[in-house]
Amino acid sequence: MSKPKLLWLQSITCNGNTHSFFNLQNFDALMRAFDVLYHPLLETPYCLEDIYTKELACDVLILEGAFKSRGYKKFGKETYALAKKYSKRAKYTITMGSCATFGGVFKEAQEHTIAGFCFNKEQKRPTYKHYINTLISLPGCPAHPKWLAYVLEMILQKRKIEVDEFYRPIEIFAYTAHAGCVRNEYFEWKIDVKNYGEKEGCLFYENGCRAPFTNANCNKMLWNDISSKTRVGTPCFGCTEPSFPQRNLFSTKTNMGIPANMPFGIPARAYLSVTGVAKSFRIKRFTQPLMEYKK
Amino acid sequence: MPRKLKKAIKKESILQTALTLFSVKGFHKTTIPDIAKRLGMSSGNLYNYFGSKDELAKEIIKYTSDYLGDKIRKVNEQDISSKEKIRKIVELYFAMTLEKPEMIEYFLRVYLSHREVFLNGCEGMICVSGFITEIMIFFSEGVQKEELRDQDFFSAFGLFMGYLGGMAFLHGEAILEKPLEEYAQDVATNIYTALKA
Repeated sequence: MSKPKLLWLQSITCNGNTHSFFNLQNFDALMRAFDVLYHPLLETPYCLEDIYTKELACDVLILEGAFKSRGYKKFGKETYALAKKYSKRAKYTITMGSCATFGGVFKEAQEHTIAGFCFNKEQKRPTYKHYINTLISLPGCPAHPKWLAYVLEMILQKRKIEVDEFYRPIEIFAYTAHAGCVRNEYFEWKIDVKNYGEKEGCLFYENGCRAPFTNANCNKMLWNDISSKTRVGTPCFGCTEPSFPQRNLFSTKTNMGIPANMPFGIPARAYLSVTGVAKSFRIKRFTQPLMEYKK
Repeated sequence: MPRKLKKAIKKESILQTALTLFSVKGFHKTTIPDIAKRLGMSSGNLYNYFGSKDELAKEIIKYTSDYLGDKIRKVNEQDISSKEKIRKIVELYFAMTLEKPEMIEYFLRVYLSHREVFLNGCEGMICVSGFITEIMIFFSEGVQKEELRDQDFFSAFGLFMGYLGGMAFLHGEAILEKPLEEYAQDVATNIYTALKA
């Protein structure tokens, strides 16, 4: 049986998603299951010029980087038009990373002309409807290597991938980045960290952590199988959401001391009732460094 | 009438009676037999509803906080400006001072004056969260709508509720020269001027 033909096409990108994916432990084995026609950093049978100038068949198209409707050309051809052409041919189009999905960091440079392949932040682009039947969104800055591995494995096994309103796989994005965070006890008792990198404290109340309202499973599927941003003591920046990137990433937006963003699905009234009660107690264990509490 | 409902009504009448006695006679001078006698029930039966006088005291502060909280919630749910909400909250607070003076008295003369009773079980905001939550929602929505200035919660809270509590106290001491409700407009304007964006 022939292998699915895979084409990795870059637009305006920092290569971050490519490098993220290269950290996948079983990278070689997974790639061997595909006929990789082109990847900018791998040795492949076709070169970039071939992709732009020849008519190649393609089953799985992976897009990396943000798109400019006009004016981002290679070999005299618009990259966005090329991506659309291959996407119409492909059985699956995977937008890898926040830039390809929503516009991401590069959109900040030219807000009105740069966007994701199908989404402009949370808005659907006019051409969106032509691609939705084959679209899989994997936002993230970068996207987790295992997220792409999951999608590719599902494709190989011909299994249906359930997606949410932004075409992100539900298996990955039904979770919040908060789920599985080792700081959850501090979140429950409303104790914020004093300094970045400390083991003790939550980063939500003062330090900008967006994990409770960010869809991603970073604290379930750990990075390099080891850790996550919140585990090591830096806030989640919400990089899988269309609103990424925000300003003032290290401080929590509050209105009179009350967080402007509530955890997903929690009404402000419910949240404030619970936090008011939790804050009223002083739990001795949470006032001491973890490494000293048992001494 | 279902038994559960009957019990809930009885419980509320105990709270209301105890609230009145505590605020008029004072917390320490009011005994469980006093409350039972006023209700025409035995002390033993009253203990079926509340295990101790301290427990009753804590339930009363929750009851008054929820009563005020429910009224502010109705204001919060209206589609009006923060300025108009301030006016309505001032008016409802003053109305409560006039119609249910025992609630304000209880807060000032029992809850704030006998902290030892409330140490265990009413720490921090636990027993007043019904009302504090609504004030928090009012403030945060006001800032969100850019009608109120962003600042520390307690500096705004102290200004708002401390002011209202102070006016209620002056009214209770019969020091005010005009009827309390006549101060509502000026008080609301002062609060809005202090808090506006």
